[in-house]
Amino acid sequence: MAGTKPETIAALKSAYPHLATSEFRGATRVVVPRDDLVAVMSILRDERSFDYLVDVTCVDYLHYDGATDRFGLVYLLASTTTNERLTVRVFVNEPDLTVPSMTHRWEGANWMEREVFDMFGIVFAGHPDHRRILMPDDATCFPLRKDYPLQGRGERHNLPVLTRENS
Amino acid sequence: MPISLADVQTHDLAHDEAQDYLWTLNFGPQHPATHTTLRIVLKLDGERVVDAMPDIGYLHSGFEKLGEHLDYNQYVTVTDRMNYISPMANNIAWHTAVEKLLGIELTPRCRWVRTLIAELSRISDHLLCNGAVGLDTGAFTYFLYAFNRREDLYDIFEALCGARFTNSWTRVGGAMYDITPVTIEKIRTFVRTMPKTLDDMDRLLNRNRIFVDRTKGVGILSKEKAVNYSSSGPIARASGVTRDLRKDEPYLAYADLDFNICCASAGDCFARYLVRNAEMRESLKMVAQLVENIPAGPMNVGIDERTTLPDKKAVYSTIEGTISHFELVMTNRGFEVPHDEVYAANETANGELGFYLAGDGSNRAYRARCRPPSYIHFALFPYLIKGHTLSDVVAVLGSLNIIAAELDR
Repeated sequence: MAGTKPETIAALKSAYPHLATSEFRGATRVVVPRDDLVAVMSILRDERSFDYLVDVTCVDYLHYDGATDRFGLVYLLASTTTNERLTVRVFVNEPDLTVPSMTHRWEGANWMEREVFDMFGIVFAGHPDHRRILMPDDATCFPLRKDYPLQGRGERHNLPVLTRENS
Repeated sequence: MPISLADVQTHDLAHDEAQDYLWTLNFGPQHPATHTTLRIVLKLDGERVVDAMPDIGYLHSGFEKLGEHLDYNQYVTVTDRMNYISPMANNIAWHTAVEKLLGIELTPRCRWVRTLIAELSRISDHLLCNGAVGLDTGAFTYFLYAFNRREDLYDIFEALCGARFTNSWTRVGGAMYDITPVTIEKIRTFVRTMPKTLDDMDRLLNRNRIFVDRTKGVGILSKEKAVNYSSSGPIARASGVTRDLRKDEPYLAYADLDFNICCASAGDCFARYLVRNAEMRESLKMVAQLVENIPAGPMNVGIDERTTLPDKKAVYSTIEGTISHFELVMTNRGFEVPHDEVYAANETANGELGFYLAGDGSNRAYRARCRPPSYIHFALFPYLIKGHTLSDVVAVLGSLNIIAAELDR
């Protein structure tokens, strides 16, 4: 797995000295405060040629040992020119689960962010098409949250009953 | 006067008040050309598609939620059901991520055999995709040629692991079954006979007037858009993006192999068809190298490291085997998983198939995110189809190789 060049981390640290970085199995992660996300992503995309957004996902740390934040968003970035990879983490807590949308930088973020909203209820400010994608539009739950059980909540019972007469 | 391709692509007709005569057509969810269950709401001006709104989720079955409740070996059965066209490649991708999280170094034999199977899966996937594009554009014979050879691949997989369709072949640190001389002989026969089939298939379609007219210039994706929309695999490479994880970040045994990356620059459906065709030939080249050079030695990581399920013979006849089996399968024992998170990706037939895993020390993943290439490619669909005709919908859909089970998970 391609790693991250030291110059990339240095460029980020010179603009934002307080960013926390960590390494695990050859991958570099950088934790960005939510307010700096747009600026950091702009640096990465425009100055460090991270033109490829591999994935946007989220982890709910509700029952995770030693975690202090509720949700940790994951932006997996890559570069098609320098062959680098970088993981950007943003932590958000209830009640304000709003994160700026990245769709203006990477159009591929559109459906990825919709899925994160659908599954976790994270709101992406500025998203052009902020709707559920996999779950039904009228669903009231966020199924990948840790407080949502694998079975037993019973959304199926709430489906409208259709008969020959009213269909 | 009928509107043209340029009209649709330059003006936002879908939301124009003057265009209230536009006709809405529901394509799917049950339609033969969608192959599986997906729905597209099309806005049409005559035959021309002004807007397309994909509506997905019909096959959503909570695979990622299940990943938090099944252990690292059990979940492999669920990955079979994601891209069921090449289930072995999904198995390998899942366990690549798990082994990265656990820090397991595979044996050379396992790396080679997994690479061999991954390449055979790629051929199987591309055969289906190209065959289905042919079928949807009216070339039924071509589809039969493709499926005939997929049958041979199923035979190979059956000889390898006993299952034809949902193989669940890999395990943490190795595989359920080692490759046998019978399987190797079947693969050799396949490598010997497949080039002739590919030649036949090329002759059927490459210069077929109907097929070329229906795919050339349809659904054009530029290089910039391909990168910006996060597309990967043959779709990105048909648009001139030279990204291929097998070369860029060599994993398994790819660093030791002689092969080329197949790219095109046109970015239309025909280019995607050609790239897949060329990739099948490259994969055959790799399979020929792999099958003759499988290293000797054990398939699985050693029993002492307590990461791989031991051989059943050892479980039943030795005390060490029994102990290590139960050490792994008991719910309060099992793998030593770090409190950390990894992302690992494989270049599967459809594109970059990655898994983002969060380990919490237990036997199960705390979070098992799958980066499904079909999902990311289907987001491209409205952009690609805009301005084309209704009959092009199936050509574009087929060339994106959308597998709904992977799309919705």
